Amino acid sequence: MRITCPICGERDRREFYYVGDAVALSRPDPDDGDIAWDDYVHNRDNPAGVTRDLWYHEGGCGAWLVVTRNTVTHEVLQTELASDAKEAMA
Amino acid sequence: MRLSGKGLIDRTKPVSFRFDGNVFQGFEGDTVASALMANEVKLVARSFKYHRPRGVMGAGSEEANALLTVGRGAAQDPNVRATMQEIFDGLETRSQNRWPSLHWDMLSVNDLAAPFLGAGFYYKTFMWPKAFWEKIYEPIIRRSAGLGALSGAHNPDRYEKAFAFCDLLVIGAGPAGLMAALTAARAGADVILAEEDRLMGGRLNGETEEVGGMAGADWAAGVVAELEAMPNVRLMTRTTVTGAYDQGTYGALERVAHHLGDRGGRPLECFWRIVAKRAILCAGAIERPVAFQNNDRPGIMTASAVRTYLNRYGVAPGRRVTVFGNNDGVHQTARDLIAAGVHVAAVIDNRRDATDSNDYPVYRGAEVCNSSGRKGLESVTFRSLSGEDKVETDCLAVSGGWNPSVHLTCHMNGRPVWNEAIQSFVPVDGMIPGMTTAGACQGTFSTHGALSEGAAQAIVALDTLGISAKVTDIPKAEDAPYEVAPLWAVGGKGRAWLDFQNDVTVKDVKQAASENFASVEHMKRYTTQGMSPDQGKNSNVAALAVLADATGRGIPETGTTTFRPPYVPVSIASLGAGAQGAGFAPQRFTTSHNVSVDRGAPMIEAGLWYRPSFFPARGEKTWRQSCDREVNMVRNAVGVCDVSTLGKIDIQGPDAGAFLDFVYTNMFSTLKVGRTRYGLMLREDGTVMDDGTTARLGEQRYVMTTTTAAAGPVLRHLEFVHQCLCPQMDVQMISVTEQWAQFAVAGPKARDLLNDLVDDDLADENWPFMACGPIKVLGVGGRLFRISFSGERAYEIAVPARFGESLFGELNRRAEALGGGLYGMEALNVLRIEKGFITHAEIHGRVTAFDIGMERMVSAKKDCVGKTMSERPGLSGADREQLVGLKPVGPVKQLTAGAHLFEVGAAAVRENEQGYTTSVGYSPTMESYLGLAFLRNGRGRHGEEVVMVDHLRDVTARCVVCDPVFFDPEGGRVRG
Repeated sequence: MRITCPICGERDRREFYYVGDAVALSRPDPDDGDIAWDDYVHNRDNPAGVTRDLWYHEGGCGAWLVVTRNTVTHEVLQTELASDAKEAMA
Repeated sequence: MRLSGKGLIDRTKPVSFRFDGNVFQGFEGDTVASALMANEVKLVARSFKYHRPRGVMGAGSEEANALLTVGRGAAQDPNVRATMQEIFDGLETRSQNRWPSLHWDMLSVNDLAAPFLGAGFYYKTFMWPKAFWEKIYEPIIRRSAGLGALSGAHNPDRYEKAFAFCDLLVIGAGPAGLMAALTAARAGADVILAEEDRLMGGRLNGETEEVGGMAGADWAAGVVAELEAMPNVRLMTRTTVTGAYDQGTYGALERVAHHLGDRGGRPLECFWRIVAKRAILCAGAIERPVAFQNNDRPGIMTASAVRTYLNRYGVAPGRRVTVFGNNDGVHQTARDLIAAGVHVAAVIDNRRDATDSNDYPVYRGAEVCNSSGRKGLESVTFRSLSGEDKVETDCLAVSGGWNPSVHLTCHMNGRPVWNEAIQSFVPVDGMIPGMTTAGACQGTFSTHGALSEGAAQAIVALDTLGISAKVTDIPKAEDAPYEVAPLWAVGGKGRAWLDFQNDVTVKDVKQAASENFASVEHMKRYTTQGMSPDQGKNSNVAALAVLADATGRGIPETGTTTFRPPYVPVSIASLGAGAQGAGFAPQRFTTSHNVSVDRGAPMIEAGLWYRPSFFPARGEKTWRQSCDREVNMVRNAVGVCDVSTLGKIDIQGPDAGAFLDFVYTNMFSTLKVGRTRYGLMLREDGTVMDDGTTARLGEQRYVMTTTTAAAGPVLRHLEFVHQCLCPQMDVQMISVTEQWAQFAVAGPKARDLLNDLVDDDLADENWPFMACGPIKVLGVGGRLFRISFSGERAYEIAVPARFGESLFGELNRRAEALGGGLYGMEALNVLRIEKGFITHAEIHGRVTAFDIGMERMVSAKKDCVGKTMSERPGLSGADREQLVGLKPVGPVKQLTAGAHLFEVGAAAVRENEQGYTTSVGYSPTMESYLGLAFLRNGRGRHGEEVVMVDHLRDVTARCVVCDPVFFDPEGGRVRG
């Protein structure tokens, strides 16, 4: 598997550390309630199809990436810096 | 029998090798299979289950019968295909799965027991008594069935892994592959051409046909010479592409030195990961055998293999050869044999309209139905409209048609489709993104077709990369249509083999169907057809044709099993190259490592680091004696310990303070420059992640320490928090763990030791507890932190790592002059237990700040990672197991870590469990074992007695519960 780091270019997936769903970017406010926090910390979908998840370029530049990929075809559709994705959410 | 004047072997270079202890001669360019055949050795193996005599069946990597063990001792390599192993002087090979010898094999009795050993016999025969399975049945089965064995010793051979990149990967160097590579290379593309064989050319090396007006093999050699001279081409021979993976990554196994007596420092194998923008699969096709009674005798082989041995190796596989099949290949074989001067006993063609010949007898519409000959073929029986007839023969060349090698196209869930015209499966386009197919692997069986498709696919592939390739002239070549009649299994009694490698017969497949294992996947698992090292390359299509017939379905409806990587067996050693032994866990050494080892300190692992456990002094016989002395030394004089392995993260920027406020439960933005603070870090789910001290070196600069184990995860976490949660913060961080050597100097005389060493006055007014700052150490710029993990007056002194070793030696000399010295991990552990300081033994991933008594460190004034979830019900309160101290008060004075706690008088069973111990040690200071433990409602139970039970070590000790800080609870000593 190959992932294109926006900073370093296309690299082997062994350079990256996989974390999980990019929902981790959407941290609730402290008073958003139990449901919001449970969803944020624990509840994850397991989609057959397009998913967005977080990868850390640990063996490279140290950037966190949002990788949009298809779990059925294994296509990598898009990669972007997590910091850009987070700032775009603001 | 060797034929004169033929073949691609070098007759000026004779080679001698051993097989089963006997010396044989061959020539450079021979495989073990061709050389044994030249020496008229027919019997080379015993079969998997029935121990049937077997000979060479093919000439390529799909070989099902002729598996050998190569080499001796630890490096012996089992199940090597005789058809792939090139001979070299001194090569030693042995046959497998026979005892006491290949010719006299006791277990050939299995063949007589065959009626009881059919499909599913394990499941039916060895049902009861249940206890017999493990002790009796399984060992017997394992001894009697099987192929080669590993030595069981550590493999001393060297293996490698490597990466390669290209515009176009061409897989297979037959006519299609050569043409594809040539077209792309001439267009300037970066090309890799990978070929399993030692010679490029594919079938052209085994046939007599001409290409471009010259011998096919010569044409191939010419193309290879042109490619070799081009800087944009990498030719990889002896390299099998084993799998197709995501984003254009292909696995490939290069057999680097299997053919060399003297490896000259080369690795034995190299496993490649080839990243290709585009790929063209030109994998060719594999000729399939036909099932008939006793079709597994030595001397029965595929027709294409017979031609390969004749034309490429100059070897006649027999003196009177019979050819049997369902396509024109049988006639080509007969012509080649006659041209080589070998007698053709008969050609048996199952097509009624087959062409006749004046050169050899042709039996049209006939089928071979049996064979005889004990350890080698003596005759075959065939059946035609006019009845049965027998022909004396010592070699039978069989062709049931060709199966395209579609394997790689199916590695990402693709399924091939049935093609009626060629009676086989062909790949569907686009099953591997970026890969196309050309030539025989996609059902184009003429040489002209393969050449044109190779060139055309290269042009298409390069076009998608924006490289325009010129149409190359296609050399003139054979373009005959491929005509084949269905021929899978000849009817009749007796056993007819489908899967030679796993001893699966037509009867087994029919039995599976009749017992309702009718889907192809169930049949495979019930009979084990296709589950041997060849993965059904020789048998899959025929087996499912038999299954289709038995179940009354068509072949397309029956479908294929799943093709998975690897295409050929790949040694685990090559996949794991570089990870054997210490390569699996690289060793990290501190700057004091050599000094510690020289002092006789046993080194223990801390993650990848190695740290000294204690420093034995003269006369000390046990580690406890050393540990007790080192603890007393720190409490009474001064001790020196390397703490460089703790993670050190340099954090800088205008928002550094605010950032730390968010990742730590407590405040760091309010910390003064020149001061250090203990910090606690939570995971977002509210459990404790890590702890450590963070020093403020400047307005915008902090240096954080983490535990040794969590250095990597904490940096990753900090980067996550910054980039994913608060990218607006202007802060940067980097690990500096290895840039600094850092030593703890602890004990009442710590300041005395350091005063002469550093340029600053260490008076407490200047350097109070928790102070930090830059300092000169014997003229070298360093840092000093007045922090303590022992409860004594202590400093940690840091210098750039290159000065670490000399500073460590200097500290040691000065400590010894003051009655102190070095201390190791055992003493460090006792010192911190005496003070109730926690490590990851306590913050093991299931405890909260409340559990360790630090809930007040979670600041109410701000949000932080983990704060909201830590406030959930159930994560605090009396029901929680809370950190306590334990001291033994009964007759047993020993405590053990990992033991369970029970109320006095309660049965020591799970239901009554009240908690568990996490760290224990003998404290020479308190003259008692001390333990840290988690106990339900522990903070409310100080003074109460509990029973510690260690079921594993069989230790039961009565203990009193107390505060976890056993020594100097007021903390007077640390302040001086």
